[in-house]
Amino acid sequence: MTYLAKSPWIIHYDASSCNGCDIEVLAALTPVYDVERFGIVNTGNPKHADVFLVTGSVNEQNREILKNTYDQMADPKVVVAIGICAASGGIFRECYNVMGGIDKVIPVDVFVPGCAARPEAIIDGVVKALGILEAKRQAMNDRPAATRKPAGDSV
Amino acid sequence: MTKQIIVPFGPQHPVLPEPIHLDLVLEDERVVDVIPSIGYIHRGFEKLVEKREFTEYVYVAERTCGICSFIHGMTYCVGVEQIMNIEVPERADYLRTIWSEYSRLHSHLLWLGLFADSFGFENLFMNAWRIRERILDVFEQTTGGRVIQGTCKIGGVRRDIANEKLAEMSSNLDSIRKEIEDLTNVFLHDDTVRHRTRNVGVLSREDAYHLGAVGPTGRGSGVAIDLRKTGYAAYGKLNFSMVTDSCGDAYSRCLVRCKELFSSIDLIQQAIRKIPDGPIEVKVTGAPNGEFFCRAEQPRGELVHYIKGNGTKFLVRSRIRTPTLSNIPSLIKMLQGCELADVPVIVLSIDPCISCTER
Repeated sequence: MTYLAKSPWIIHYDASSCNGCDIEVLAALTPVYDVERFGIVNTGNPKHADVFLVTGSVNEQNREILKNTYDQMADPKVVVAIGICAASGGIFRECYNVMGGIDKVIPVDVFVPGCAARPEAIIDGVVKALGILEAKRQAMNDRPAATRKPAGDSV
Repeated sequence: MTKQIIVPFGPQHPVLPEPIHLDLVLEDERVVDVIPSIGYIHRGFEKLVEKREFTEYVYVAERTCGICSFIHGMTYCVGVEQIMNIEVPERADYLRTIWSEYSRLHSHLLWLGLFADSFGFENLFMNAWRIRERILDVFEQTTGGRVIQGTCKIGGVRRDIANEKLAEMSSNLDSIRKEIEDLTNVFLHDDTVRHRTRNVGVLSREDAYHLGAVGPTGRGSGVAIDLRKTGYAAYGKLNFSMVTDSCGDAYSRCLVRCKELFSSIDLIQQAIRKIPDGPIEVKVTGAPNGEFFCRAEQPRGELVHYIKGNGTKFLVRSRIRTPTLSNIPSLIKMLQGCELADVPVIVLSIDPCISCTER
């Protein structure tokens, strides 16, 4: 267990969700589900965050913001796509302003299904992402220092 | 003249779970002008009516917004029913009213939490959301979904609630009312909260009326418009009084919502007492031919669904106007002249729902 696994910080961005998944993400942070007891903290600053939770699908206007937020996060980092919209566009996939899942813009580590995704599913997804985060951290530490890329440059 | 600087607010901002972008024009710490830009979560699903049958579109209409989803679905259904002259059974009307009011409870509690978060009162935020979970439990027990219910359909509702369950919900609401009383006491009487909300973001009655403010934003400034008074669903058979306040500041808008929580609980309990037995749906044949403007009261204000059909399974046009869109001009008026530190409080005081706004 490292400090990352003990207290991962999350950041949330609503790409073009209907709000259903967004409020379930917040519900997971508040009493009843209360992931803060595990040290998970919601932050608004991408530079502080380890886990990026994205709800909703991408469109032309917000793809830059999504990419920018992701790039600002320091390595190692993981992306969790929450809800069916973030995976494929879901019920809105045929709309003219929906490009599809967020994996078209940033690499996704975990997909959480559901419309809207339940808080239990979101917690499961984040726990799974923490395993991937730890593996990424290990891989990063094993690399010789000279080949390490500065934060923000990775794909 | 003082030098003006522009500070961007959003689209990714800690205080808002949703993206809206405001360019705040500042002179020192004072906001002199605000330039809003929206469109980050526009999906364009009004056009989906051409690809989905009118009975299937209920699911899309519900996903306009994950907070007031039931009311969106219901408004669309009522619109189609009006075009097709479908008489909905009385029990279905009552069930729709009950679920609508539960939506309002869950939305207002959610808003109270976010509002507390906007002025940094984390404990209050957590408490509001704790009570909200009890409302969501009722949704889950009666419809199967927490935030997206999918129970409303054209011609009635999909699920019935057993009378024993209704009685249990009614007594459950008594204990929820006690918890809400404790919660709203803090919002309305705590010194620190009043300090952050009193005389912040003042909107006069004239401005509210001329800028088209709706819902608690308008009622907080004394504009007495509540579409539930038009008596759609079962509201015509229930007694309730409209909540208004005259000060027009963030505190007034909070006060209106706090009082509406209690009026919603009363409405649900009245509806449970009066609900008749009987069928919950009628068979729907044919397709809508004609057009209708359907209006309903969302937790945030007036919601309009315009529906036009040509006698085929696919509608020709759907247009949704949501309350936050009407409230954005008022928001800009409120922000002009405020302190930068008060911006999150004022933005949240209109209860912005960007997913609704951008559709």
